[in-house]
Amino acid sequence: MRSDVNDEDELHGAHSPGQRSGVTLQITGLTKGYAGRSVLSAFDLTVASGEFAAIVGRSGCGKSTLLRQIAGLESADSGAVHYDGAAQTGLHDEMRIMFQDARLLPWRSVLANVTLGLPKAAYQHARAVLTQVGLAERTEDWPTILSGGQRQRVALARALVHDPRLLLLDEPLGALDALTRIEMQQLIESLWVQRRFTALLVTHDVAEAISLADRIILIEQGRITLDLRVDLPRPRARGSAAFAALEERVLNRVLQQPDVQPVDSVTEPWVLQGFNRFRWAI
Amino acid sequence: MKPSIHHAPWRGLLPWALPIFILMTWQASAQWGWLSTRVLPEPLAVGKAAVRLAESGELFAHIGASLWRALAGFAVGGGLGLGFGLLNGLSKPAETLLDSTIQMIRNIPPLALIPLVILWFGIDEEAKLFLIALGVFFPVYINTFHGIRAVNPGLIEMSRAYGLSGWRLYREVILPGALPSILVGVRFSLGLMWVILIVAETISAQEGIGYMTMNAREFLQTDVVLLGILLYALLGKLADLLAKGLERYWLRWHPGYQSHH
Repeated sequence: MRSDVNDEDELHGAHSPGQRSGVTLQITGLTKGYAGRSVLSAFDLTVASGEFAAIVGRSGCGKSTLLRQIAGLESADSGAVHYDGAAQTGLHDEMRIMFQDARLLPWRSVLANVTLGLPKAAYQHARAVLTQVGLAERTEDWPTILSGGQRQRVALARALVHDPRLLLLDEPLGALDALTRIEMQQLIESLWVQRRFTALLVTHDVAEAISLADRIILIEQGRITLDLRVDLPRPRARGSAAFAALEERVLNRVLQQPDVQPVDSVTEPWVLQGFNRFRWAI
Repeated sequence: MKPSIHHAPWRGLLPWALPIFILMTWQASAQWGWLSTRVLPEPLAVGKAAVRLAESGELFAHIGASLWRALAGFAVGGGLGLGFGLLNGLSKPAETLLDSTIQMIRNIPPLALIPLVILWFGIDEEAKLFLIALGVFFPVYINTFHGIRAVNPGLIEMSRAYGLSGWRLYREVILPGALPSILVGVRFSLGLMWVILIVAETISAQEGIGYMTMNAREFLQTDVVLLGILLYALLGKLADLLAKGLERYWLRWHPGYQSHH
C-alpha cells in the first residue's frame, strides 16, 4: 500500500526521465489463429525501452490481435512475449492498456474510475494525473455526461496513474472527431515525453502514427512488411514537407495491394462459370 | 427557460387533481343518495371506520401482521432469487444444472399451488409465506441472471487488465452492472408480493388486512371492506415508492434515472 509521500516521490520521479525506464519489449515466434484461420504466424518484434512505436495496417491484418497478445488478454498458440527479457503469461502490473472505447465504469465518478483497483491513498495522485490531462474540474462527474474526448482523457489518466512502464494503445482515438484527435495526440505525446514509458500504438491513421511514433511498423497478413524510423523533430508539424512526404510514402505502401488478391478475383469467376456450365450441361 | 406545464410551481399537485375530483364526486353522490351504502359507502364513512379501528388498535395489528407476512415472504423469496440468479449468472455449470428446472417451475402460477400448499403446510403462516416467497422468487431470479449476463464484457476485461479479480471484480464491476436489471426484478416482485398476499390472506387467516376485510364482508361492513382495499393500494404504492427511491439512489449515475437539474 502506498502512502501520499511515496506518490509524490513517484510523481516527481516520473517527471525526470531516466529514473524509471520503459519496458524493453521482445516478441519471438508469436503465432495465433482463430478457428483454424491464422492471424499471426511466427511474428518477431523488438521495441526498445522508452520507444514510441506505431503499428499500422488495414482492418483484419492482425494488429489488434498482436496488441492483445502483448497485453496478455489472450494467450498465444506458440511463441513468447518478453518484458525486459522475462517471458510473460497473462496480465502484468507494469503494463496498462487503452481501448478504442474508454470503458469507464458508468456507476463510478471520474475520480473513482481513475483509482480503479487502487487503495484510497492513491486519490491524491489520481487528482494530480487528472489535472495533467486537463480534467481537474470534472473529478466528481459521472462518465455518462462527458464527451468522447473527455472520456478518453479519463481512460488515459486511469492508465497513467499506475505509472506503467509499458502503455498499449488500441486505436484509442479512432472514434474521436478530427480536432479532439489532434488535441489528444498532443496530450499523449507530452505525457510520453515526460514519463518515457514504452508505448505501442495500434492505429489505421498514418498521420497519427507519424505525428506520435519514433517508428512505424506496417503489418500485412500477420507479417511486418515495413519497419520505418521517423526522425522528425518533436513536436511534429503536420504541415511540413518532410511529414507529408513520409505520410505519402507509408500510405502508398499501405494501399499497395498484395499481388495475390487481384489474380484470385479474376480467376474465381472463370472457375465458377466453367463449373456452372458443366452443371448446365448435365 | 421556457415556462411550461412541467416547471409550474403547482406541478407536484397535478397528479392528485383527478383522484381528488373523483373522491369529491363520490362523496357528493353518496350524500345526495344517488349511491347506496350497500354498494359503496361514502368516503367519510371509510375514514370514520379507519379512525374507529385505529383507536381500538385493531387496524395497526392487522397492518402489522400483513406487513410482516409480505416482508418475510419477500425476504426469503427475493433472497433466494438473488442468490440463484447470481450463482447461475456467474457459473455456467450451475446454469446448466439449475436453469431449465427453475424455468419449468416458473411456468406454474403460484396461486395454482394453493390446494397443495394447504395440504403441505395447513392454513397457517407457513403456507402464506411459501406462496409469497415462491411468487417473488422468479422475477428477482430472472432479472438478476440476465442482468449479470448483460454486463458489458469490455468492462470486465478492462477491470481484469487493471488488476481486479475475484470478489473485488464481482463487487465493483459485475454487481453494479447488473443492478439496474436486479432492481427491475425487485419492483416487479413487490407488485406480485401484494397480489399473492391478498389472495393468501383471504383463504384463511386470524389476523391481517385480508382477515379484516373477509370478516367485515360477513357483517356487511362495506366501509371496512373498502378500507382494507384502500390499505392494500396504499401499501402497494408505498412499496413502489420505496423501490423507486432505491433506484434513484443506487442508479443515480444512470442517465435514465437522473433527476432534472
